[in-house]
Amino acid sequence: MNKLNEKAAALLQEGTVKLIIGYEQGTEKPRPLFCTVPEDASRLIFNDQCKNNLAVYLTKKEIIGDEKIAVIATYYVMKSIVQLDKENQINKDNLIVLTVDSDGEVIEFNDYQEMEKYADEHVPAPDPKVVAMLEKIDNMSREERWAYWKSELTKCIRCYACRAACPLCYCNRCITEVNCPQWIDPWPTPLSNMEWQINRVMHMSGRCVGCGACAEACPLDLPIGLLTKKMAMDINAEFGSSDDGNVLSTFNPSDKENFIH
Amino acid sequence: MEESNDKFEPRILAFVCNWCTYAGADLTGTSRIKYATNVEIVRFPCTGRIDFMLLLKAFANGVDGIIVSGCHPNDCHYTSGNFHARRRWIVFRDMLNFLGIDVRRIRFSWVSAAEGAKWAELVNETVNQIRELGPYTEYQKAAKYLEEANNHE
Repeated sequence: MNKLNEKAAALLQEGTVKLIIGYEQGTEKPRPLFCTVPEDASRLIFNDQCKNNLAVYLTKKEIIGDEKIAVIATYYVMKSIVQLDKENQINKDNLIVLTVDSDGEVIEFNDYQEMEKYADEHVPAPDPKVVAMLEKIDNMSREERWAYWKSELTKCIRCYACRAACPLCYCNRCITEVNCPQWIDPWPTPLSNMEWQINRVMHMSGRCVGCGACAEACPLDLPIGLLTKKMAMDINAEFGSSDDGNVLSTFNPSDKENFIH
Repeated sequence: MEESNDKFEPRILAFVCNWCTYAGADLTGTSRIKYATNVEIVRFPCTGRIDFMLLLKAFANGVDGIIVSGCHPNDCHYTSGNFHARRRWIVFRDMLNFLGIDVRRIRFSWVSAAEGAKWAELVNETVNQIRELGPYTEYQKAAKYLEEANNHE
């Protein structure tokens, strides 16, 4: 039994928390585990393969309830929690954030500043495949980019797994379900698929933490993570990082104007 | 099927704000300045109200070019609507460009209520530019996917 399992078992035994959200070994890769009894604590694992963004559950009342819970956080989970907190979506009093450092020691964060500091000191290396793909697309001509995205997004079946997997897509009523007016056709066609992705990405602007859970969740393996990644890079280049999280709800009088004639 | 460029009359949709550009366009008319008739104007309370989906819907419905125009910075009737809009366009333009949508077809501008001549010039320039680019069949084809598929059989 490692330190994580001991800590989790102790938290549940003492009754400090009612639920611990962490990872367990799945058939191919780690999957989320909802641990409510101390006996289950031994199933918890934590390693580099833990890719699901567990912060997605923190806005779901039916899962977390009103009791105190703990979440075992990766870098991206921590970043998502910070962002959700900025948007007032988290009840801080009822959430304990744990993580495991490279030596297997369990760290419990006392406050969010501490967590943010830890996260910023442990930024994972960018996925070389994503970096290579972004460069490839950037070097295409406009016509090639259009052909590439049209052919990729045409495959989309509109299951909205990208939306379900994203911790920051928590609207009760999504624009894609608004039917008066029907902004986006609900059936999959090249155009409606593209409109859906543009909407998803625009609504993520300045908020996306870049965890890649959307692309990970996509059953057709579409490169939709590139869209949010690219947008995050553009926003960083244009505006720098903004403290309140959402760059589109604010402005700077000196924003660039070179495209306005 | 492709119309030759000298016969092609571009369809332009202009999204303008009520307080500056709409009044500016009105001034163009009252000043008896002649300009291209290819433009249809949609009036909005503020540039901040112009949702990016409206631009996409315009393209999907067969528009070849779009003009988006409002008050100059610091002149907004609602103080900061145009500043917010500008940010949105910066992000939106980058996104469209990454997806391979032709951003040359969207023309952003500031036209004040006193700039009737600038409005005429803006429309003429945009019409000429879109005339050179030709009809935006790429996007319209994607919009008419079902029709295309039926014709194919």
